[in-house]
Amino acid sequence: MNYNWDWGILFRDPYLGWMIGALGWTIVISILAWIIAFSLGSLLGIFRTSSKKSLRLIATCYVELFRNIPLLVQIFLWYFVFPEFLTDEWSRWVKRDMPYPALTTAVVAIGLYTASRVCEQVRSGIKAVGEDQRQAGRAIGMTEVQVYRFVLLPNAYRIILPPLTSEFLTIFKNSSLALTIGVIELTAMTRQIEEYTFQGFEAFTAATIIYSLVTFTVMALMQQIDKRTALPGSFSKGAS
Amino acid sequence: MFELDFSVIVIPANSSLLWEGIKMTFLLAGLAIVGGLILGTFLALLRIAKIPILSQISAAYVNFFRSLPLILVIFWFFFLVPLIVGRPVGAFTSVLVAFILFEAAYYSEIIRAGINSVRLGQLAAARAIGLTYIQSMRYVVLPQAFRAMTPILLTQAIILFQDTALVYVVGLRDFLVSAEIIANRDQRLVEMFLFVALVYFVLCFTASMGVKYYQKRINNEL
Repeated sequence: MNYNWDWGILFRDPYLGWMIGALGWTIVISILAWIIAFSLGSLLGIFRTSSKKSLRLIATCYVELFRNIPLLVQIFLWYFVFPEFLTDEWSRWVKRDMPYPALTTAVVAIGLYTASRVCEQVRSGIKAVGEDQRQAGRAIGMTEVQVYRFVLLPNAYRIILPPLTSEFLTIFKNSSLALTIGVIELTAMTRQIEEYTFQGFEAFTAATIIYSLVTFTVMALMQQIDKRTALPGSFSKGAS
Repeated sequence: MFELDFSVIVIPANSSLLWEGIKMTFLLAGLAIVGGLILGTFLALLRIAKIPILSQISAAYVNFFRSLPLILVIFWFFFLVPLIVGRPVGAFTSVLVAFILFEAAYYSEIIRAGINSVRLGQLAAARAIGLTYIQSMRYVVLPQAFRAMTPILLTQAIILFQDTALVYVVGLRDFLVSAEIIANRDQRLVEMFLFVALVYFVLCFTASMGVKYYQKRINNEL
């Protein structure tokens, strides 16, 4: 291999600041998109297991639609296609006047896409809690909303904590797709440094280490939380 | 608002470009699935083998690749492969290498779960009638494991098929990139992206319905 390594580049001005700033954007996208994905996904998961057929149908359609189109294509749809179907005034706002147009679009697109995956996790969690719990709740006079609020959801979230963690980490990794519409997050920054300095591999290595570190830290943290919140008597990894 | 005009798709020059694009998407996905499955099976076998160092290497590989965004892996190999080979190899080869190495990590986890779902007694029985460890795996454990995990493997194949759209970042002419070329040239961004989304949706939705049907049939048989 014929390549001049220069690890110092990563700690030189302005590249160190660039990488840190880019990591900041990656984290901002991930957390904002996760808020959308988690809240909408939970709502859809409730719909999907509801006793009302119309709610179940809405959730099923949503999941099938968002799961079967590549995320990258969805990002393009929101960024290039969606504004064209708005009135002129709104279209201008979305394209230009909205704060951080590209970043916001990426957050919304990734959030809505992941909501379909979170929905499936929440549904499987609620199913795992069991139909008898629901019936028992109804039998002691709870409304359906109360059954979800006090019986099904608190148990379901504790069961699906590990898969929810991986959904969050999927968002963290998928935030790199924002670079396709011009957001300079961590992965895009490695390309930028490559173009400025021709020291691409150092930048790729740094990004690789950062992504891995964040992933392993989040996983270790969630394992501790899982240990504390595991349902007694369940087969969860953390349950003692 | 404006008038949608989808006739841009059927102009012969455009439709043949799109056709080439979709063939590229299928070729890449097909090769990546085959390569990913082979390497993934190998990694899974290493992982469950009772040789500590091998199973640790396999685990480290899987965890490492699963912690990275696919785009970053694509970038890595886009620059790394030509450097190792010593000459330009073209986007396709480097992207294919990236996909196989990346997807193998995901396949390996599915296959490992499948192997673990085969009852331990099966391996013991196979060994008892005189098969070697490799023979027991090859003729007894793996066939049962693959049968149980086929639906999940197929679902992962659909995900991989969607993932191939990410070759956009290195400009390989797959379906999406071909559509984007037409979109920019003929100023038909809206129509082309809607068309791409529709095609992906129809393909993936049909495939996932097929997987669901297949899973129901297996569940009835098992």
